[in-house]
Amino acid sequence: MNFEDYRGIWVFIEIKDGKVAPVSLELLGAGRELADKRKSQLAGLLIGDGVEEYVQTLYEYGADTVYVYDDPLFNHYRTESFMRAVFDCCEKHKPEVLLYGATANGKDLASAVATDLPTGLTADTTILDIEEDTGLLLASRPAFGGNIMATILCKKYRPQMATVRPKVMKALTPQEGRSGELVRETVDLKEDDIRTKVLEIVRETTKKSSIDEADIIVAGGKGLGSKAGFELIHQFAQVIGAAVGGSRDVVEAGWIPHQNQVGQTGLTVTPKIYFAIGISGAIQHIVGMQNSGLIIAINKDPDAPIFQTCHYGIVGDAHEVVPLLIKAFEKALDRRVSHV
Amino acid sequence: MLHIVACIKQVPDTKIIKMNPKTNTMDRASAPAILNPYDAHAVEEAVRLKKRYGGLVSVLTMGPPPAVKAIKKCIEIGADEGYMISDRAFAGADTLATSYALTKALEKISKIHPIDLIICGKMTIDGDTGQVGPGIARRLDIPPLTSVKKVVEVNEKERYMVIHRKLEDGYEVIKSPLPCLLAVEKEINKVPYSPLPNMMKAARYKPIIWAVADLEDIDRTQLGLKGSPTIVSKVWAPPKPQGGTILDGTNDQQVQQLLDIVLEKKELFQ
Repeated sequence: MNFEDYRGIWVFIEIKDGKVAPVSLELLGAGRELADKRKSQLAGLLIGDGVEEYVQTLYEYGADTVYVYDDPLFNHYRTESFMRAVFDCCEKHKPEVLLYGATANGKDLASAVATDLPTGLTADTTILDIEEDTGLLLASRPAFGGNIMATILCKKYRPQMATVRPKVMKALTPQEGRSGELVRETVDLKEDDIRTKVLEIVRETTKKSSIDEADIIVAGGKGLGSKAGFELIHQFAQVIGAAVGGSRDVVEAGWIPHQNQVGQTGLTVTPKIYFAIGISGAIQHIVGMQNSGLIIAINKDPDAPIFQTCHYGIVGDAHEVVPLLIKAFEKALDRRVSHV
Repeated sequence: MLHIVACIKQVPDTKIIKMNPKTNTMDRASAPAILNPYDAHAVEEAVRLKKRYGGLVSVLTMGPPPAVKAIKKCIEIGADEGYMISDRAFAGADTLATSYALTKALEKISKIHPIDLIICGKMTIDGDTGQVGPGIARRLDIPPLTSVKKVVEVNEKERYMVIHRKLEDGYEVIKSPLPCLLAVEKEINKVPYSPLPNMMKAARYKPIIWAVADLEDIDRTQLGLKGSPTIVSKVWAPPKPQGGTILDGTNDQQVQQLLDIVLEKKELFQ
């Protein structure tokens, strides 16, 4: 394997709900930095049915080149068809690095491609860097349930591949009118060659927790004492117009549903304000919220690790502090909310 | 007869694992070794399918000799047979080398009983990658189905199955030919307490253990550390945050200070 043949940073572009998935734009931002450091090009790898309309967006978010596989075969994500396109494209154009969002499909695809190429794949990366002279990708990730960080290298194979967690990298501010090169590609594959069939896609009608996109999150932990005590979190969130989150403890206790869980085994969130109330701050929780803009912790234990991560903290009993907060915010925001 | 093989792993319980604050290394002895929780759901699903359709459930693991305990746990859950590959040559394997070794073992198992279905947990709680399952499927050239939250139907005669695959905002219904590989979500089932007869069987159970020499057509350069493209170059404790400003005064005063800080971002409060 001649490493000199492998050039450029690539990002697998995921399309979701008729637009480019946010994680793909974030990866273009991260990829731009890596490409600049290596004085090489940044490319998007776009696969789907009727997806050429997204190409301009990808240029605006930093891509120099977009490789497009546009075919009804790619109407739905399927491992076999998508991996074939990614595999062929890697063989043909030889990227030095290929990044995927650590989404269900991104992880599925990356695992399959890595096996076939074969090459090394680092999962759930949260920090990316590249050695300027050698092009060695330094992919770092939480390991052992977030207890440690590990930097993973792939010295012997190219491309170097990683899946990257949503919401840890930053998308660039789009440059309107920025352009690049479009490269259309095709695969030698027929529908009959693909063994799995998507019979139906069911969108869950109960809208998934909105904590993913919320600007403000009020999250509660075991310190609230009981499901009834957790009501305070709902009330406060209602007053300030925030989404409600929780630690794994409270999800396991059944106080809130799993989709509101913030942390290693729940969601990674990056609201502008994050209130952590009665949450001690286990590392598994911290990794899910540490990139929030302003972190405020309220806990009665002054030694709780959450105070190491917060920007501002109040040492006090949530049952006393939160009602005062509710009152203060109601007054300040001139807002009355009925507490049912 | 439907033959389902669950691939499982013994892992340290990462909920309990402690860090040595001086060396920033893990005190592995502090964490009990357990059956990877996601794999318990994989085995449970295999057992449920056996109850529904009849058949045989085998489990396969790669690990050091004490990993026999994880196989016994699977027998408690209701698995029939346990296979283990154990050899120093496997040590240090990353996901690519692990999927290679397990695939070689699966090929050998399939000569004893042809395999219809392979089930894995979504990921392990020590590696957290979820890459081994799809890797095995690619190597065996069978469809990988990840994020599986429900098995709707297995049709052994017509050689297909239908599953629900979890998406971020719903699920998709997928039909796949048999054999295929499923990586299952926790929500696929609940693992009940093991019935006493299973526990008694597990206590006595001795799995079939193979070393590298027992596997056929094996390329030793693809095993263990040697066969692993990824290496861990550095391990460190997550950066210690600086710590924030702890407000002081009475509760009322603190709340007032907080209000001032937060309301600087007034545009967020619509």
